[in-house]
Amino acid sequence: MDGLTDSGHGHFNTKHKWRTEFSGCNYVVKNDTVANHMRVVSLSSFLLRFNYRSTHHLTSNGFYEFLNWFDERAWYPLGRIVGGTVYPGLMVTAGLIHYVLNLLHMTVHIRDVCVFLAPIFSGLTAISTFLLTRELWNQGAGLLAACFIAIVPGYISRSVAGSFDNEGIAIFALQFTYYLWVKSVKTGSVFWTIGCCLSYFYMVSAWGGYVFIINLIPLHVFVLLLMQRYSRRVYIAYSTFYIVGLVLSMQIPFVGFQPIRTSEHMAAAGVFALLQAYAFLQYLKDRLTKQEFQTLFFLGVSLAAGVVFLTVIYLTYTGKFSLSLMRYLCPPPRYAKIHIPIIASVSEHQPTTWVSFFFDLHILVCTFPAGLWFCIKNINDERVFVALYAISAVYFAGVMVRLMLTLTPVVCMLSAIAFSSVFEHYLGDDQKKDSPPTEDSSDEDDKRNSGNLIVTMLMLMLLMMFAVHCTWVTSNAYSSPSVVLASYNHDGSRNILDDFREAYYWLRQNTDEHARVMSWWDYGYQIAGMANRTTLVDNNTWNNSHIALVGKAMSSNESAAYQIMQSLDVDYVLIIFGGVIGYSGDDINKFLWMVRIAEGEHPKDIRESDYFTPQGEFRVDKAGSPTLLNCLMYKMSYYRFGEMQLDFRTPPGFDRTRNAEIGNKDIKFKHLEEAFTSEHWLVRIYKVKNEGSSRTSSFLRKARS
Amino acid sequence: MSSSVFSVLSKFVAEYRRSTPAKLKVVDAYLLYILLTGALQFFYCVLVGTFPFNSFLSGFISCVGAFVLGVCLRIQINPQNKSEFLSLSPERAFADFLFAHAILHLVVVNFIG
Repeated sequence: MDGLTDSGHGHFNTKHKWRTEFSGCNYVVKNDTVANHMRVVSLSSFLLRFNYRSTHHLTSNGFYEFLNWFDERAWYPLGRIVGGTVYPGLMVTAGLIHYVLNLLHMTVHIRDVCVFLAPIFSGLTAISTFLLTRELWNQGAGLLAACFIAIVPGYISRSVAGSFDNEGIAIFALQFTYYLWVKSVKTGSVFWTIGCCLSYFYMVSAWGGYVFIINLIPLHVFVLLLMQRYSRRVYIAYSTFYIVGLVLSMQIPFVGFQPIRTSEHMAAAGVFALLQAYAFLQYLKDRLTKQEFQTLFFLGVSLAAGVVFLTVIYLTYTGKFSLSLMRYLCPPPRYAKIHIPIIASVSEHQPTTWVSFFFDLHILVCTFPAGLWFCIKNINDERVFVALYAISAVYFAGVMVRLMLTLTPVVCMLSAIAFSSVFEHYLGDDQKKDSPPTEDSSDEDDKRNSGNLIVTMLMLMLLMMFAVHCTWVTSNAYSSPSVVLASYNHDGSRNILDDFREAYYWLRQNTDEHARVMSWWDYGYQIAGMANRTTLVDNNTWNNSHIALVGKAMSSNESAAYQIMQSLDVDYVLIIFGGVIGYSGDDINKFLWMVRIAEGEHPKDIRESDYFTPQGEFRVDKAGSPTLLNCLMYKMSYYRFGEMQLDFRTPPGFDRTRNAEIGNKDIKFKHLEEAFTSEHWLVRIYKVKNEGSSRTSSFLRKARS
Repeated sequence: MSSSVFSVLSKFVAEYRRSTPAKLKVVDAYLLYILLTGALQFFYCVLVGTFPFNSFLSGFISCVGAFVLGVCLRIQINPQNKSEFLSLSPERAFADFLFAHAILHLVVVNFIG
């Protein structure tokens, strides 16, 4: 079985492009009282490793093995039920393509399939956007929309080669489902609706964002009812979609029975019931006189209200109805920060700034309101849909940076509609034919012609600038590998920092196969994938208490941390330290999040205020709080750093990231010893000393191997 | 009040018998049968309990789905609605009905467990 070996990686990085984690839009400067250079962690690039590992498991062991896979090398000692906690669409798609190609005797390695999957699906997204916009407006607008979504940076970030992530195929499924939905509302044919259901099923298997579809479509139907635009086609389309879509969505193990239990899906059920009642009443209305209808209507409404009332009481009483936190749809940031620190700590869950909007969408964000206005002015059933899509997408994109991705397709479509209308108006020369040719009107004609020409030239210039911007963004921000860091010297030459891979390779070669590595959850997938070692916590973050335990170990002093590490059977501890090269995404910068998460579970032992100075500052120099200067994370980061003088201008032990000379230079360890430090001190690995008392754990280890 | 409701209902039933074509009456009979089956399943579940839940769900959804598809078929072949479904011939409506049922039953059989 070929893992991700170093030579494979060299091949990987020279030929293929990876997404970077250092683009400006992935980091957010937090304006706390703490420090202005506090950074939070970027989540997504580490997820790729896990996706690849799962797909590899799928192709080597078969489909049913994948569905029933229990991973013991993650979340030690709990393990993780991968089959039931992952959206299988991505892995199954890659596995299927790999299988079909190999069946046709085109021997492609699974790694190449994974790398090129995202660009292929982005091409399919462009096609489905074209189809959708053509249904909404006309073919010209469709072409423009397809061109926009092909190059827009908001979507490119998730669809470069090497970005093997759920969003790559999910956006295609989203657009295609919406296209089939619009088609089924327009034609009222059950065939298109079943197509929509199958596409919705693919979306459910691919991404958690399917909740967006199952709320937007009922909202569309509801608004149509309110606007008196009810028609039999809408009834056919929605009723069939809801029922067949419901049973299809429950086939995914991860989704399970959620569609009939959680509050996120209740809107769809409510609209379904409402639509049935409305349709039945319409049927009766057609056949009865007004008075007869009124008597029946009154009876029917009171009966229905009684039934609903009793059902709600029964369900609430037996506790079956759960008002779950709509975490991914509508996270109130302040609530999350106080009660769920893990969700608040991810950089992609921060509110979006204007910079992100412009960076990801350029002029489209300015022309898209115009397109929305055109749609509303010439309203029909499907344009109601796109207007609702636009409004809800704008709201969600404003709440979380991560949801910019759902805004991008609708912005492309509506801007295309705006541009198409403008071009149609100014490029068409029907006006000239109507007016008779006279002296005066030829002058007017010239004025009108030149006016048309100027406007057209301006629009074309805007489009050209947009294309230039997209190309620049893609080459600068989204094209560098995230595992290998690059920096530029004074003379402009590039300096490659390959510390991560160096460290993971060291782990792979020099540690026991069953060794357990403790690190912060960001690096879990990478350690599992590249170093092939058991981890304690990883990016899945499903168990908050386990993560809090790791956080507590990192924030306590060495003896308390040693007790925790003994209980968890930890052999090695891995941290990231950026003080030598000025890397701002290291563990000391993330440290306060570790403290907050640990405090959430162990408020008596860990208090966030202990790590600040009496004035309320977070400082690593002599004025820093003693709890901070003696905690495990601090000691591990700065061990031997006090002897290191980087520059003749700065004193020894000068931390480049925090721009401060460290306070505690004389660090000694009682229970740990340094095992490995990478070339630029980015990755530091410590071995936990096993003293006598852990005879049971080593015995267990021998029994297990 | 109740007498007027009763008279309205009887008037409605008489008019229904008179004006509905035979084809639609057949579909309506089928719909009534599905409705009764679904109600029966639901009452069984209330009496006996929901284990295994996925089997109950798949059976119940199969009934609701068949009902909904039957209603869609009825709407599409009703000659009174012809103006709304110009491109859909009754044969096409029936073919769609069969296709939808095939997909629905495939999923139901997978879900029954």
